[in-house]
Amino acid sequence: MMPIFNLFIMFFRIGLFSFGGGYAMLPLIFQSVQEFGIMTAVEFSRLVALSQVTPGPIAVNAATYVGYQYAGVGGAAVSTIGVTLPSFILVLTVMHFMKKFEESKSLHAVLGGIRPATVGLIASAVIFLAENSIFNGPVFSVGFIENAKEYINLLPCIIFIGTILLAGKFNVGPIKLTILAGIIGALVIR
Amino acid sequence: MKLIWDLFFTFLKIGSFTFGGGLAMLPLIRKAAVEEKGWMTEDEITDCFAIGQSLPGVLAINSAIYIGNRTKGILGSIAATLGVILPAFVSIVVILLFLGKIENNLYVLGAFEGIKAASAALISVAAYKMGKQILKGKLEFFIVIVAFAIIVFAAISAIWAIVFGGLAGLSAYLYRRKKGGTS
Repeated sequence: MMPIFNLFIMFFRIGLFSFGGGYAMLPLIFQSVQEFGIMTAVEFSRLVALSQVTPGPIAVNAATYVGYQYAGVGGAAVSTIGVTLPSFILVLTVMHFMKKFEESKSLHAVLGGIRPATVGLIASAVIFLAENSIFNGPVFSVGFIENAKEYINLLPCIIFIGTILLAGKFNVGPIKLTILAGIIGALVIR
Repeated sequence: MKLIWDLFFTFLKIGSFTFGGGLAMLPLIRKAAVEEKGWMTEDEITDCFAIGQSLPGVLAINSAIYIGNRTKGILGSIAATLGVILPAFVSIVVILLFLGKIENNLYVLGAFEGIKAASAALISVAAYKMGKQILKGKLEFFIVIVAFAIIVFAAISAIWAIVFGGLAGLSAYLYRRKKGGTS
């Protein structure tokens, strides 16, 4: 069993390298829990689903979930502190050196490059989730191209397309859509 | 001491009523800190969000730390942060305590499948909207594609996608500066 200290280091690293909000953190969280062998892909996709219906930042939901599964409430607390600590150090430091921070052109260039990278991260989170919900198996594989029909889960696929339309075209709020999808899932997919 | 509790409860309320991620919290944070409590001016809160977004970590937490520190020093930032993370923490622990008992319930499993599909869709929409704002030139497109490929095809740590983005941004800037002389 991995010592609880490693749990702390793992989430500290996640907090330190996560730019661009909760969704962009998902690939790094998944890779980390894979690396430590804490969680399966199915369980991780469940964690994402849970964090949609629970209040608060996804990163805290995820840290709590992983920490709790691994070492109970203490583990949950350690992971959450780990993911929050880099923010403390960085925000307080930057507030101290505010002027220099604002004036540094190189720093802004670095951040300007990181921003598009986070879009790539979010897109990769979509692929991961899709492979564990609307498809069953890797999307970029020979089997998928040959046997696309067997890889597609019809009802989740319909929910996926419906949600895209409602959120993207008609601006329906994410909470309403998530609850709706949960109800449809409970009544129809089971 | 009263201010510390005020920070804690204000952020507790913000953390309790926002679902699906930090971005949804920004308007609430702004309203509370600027309009209701008068802790900051419009300009200050804009600075706060700008810094919160450029630094790594959770935007809502970064903002809580900033506002807490500006208002009441380190203790203030700890109080605000605890407030904003507590609802997320408690709700997950409570759900996991009960989930063990109903995990294999067919309705619960079905609901999970539905929400997973909807999440994939919501994240796609988020990526699209963010992409539309950020992807303005060839360099940005190149960075997105490489970052995506690093994770999906090469299975290299997502950290390298971030490092790559930062280095690409910096090299492009240095190259432009060298080419354009002094600027």
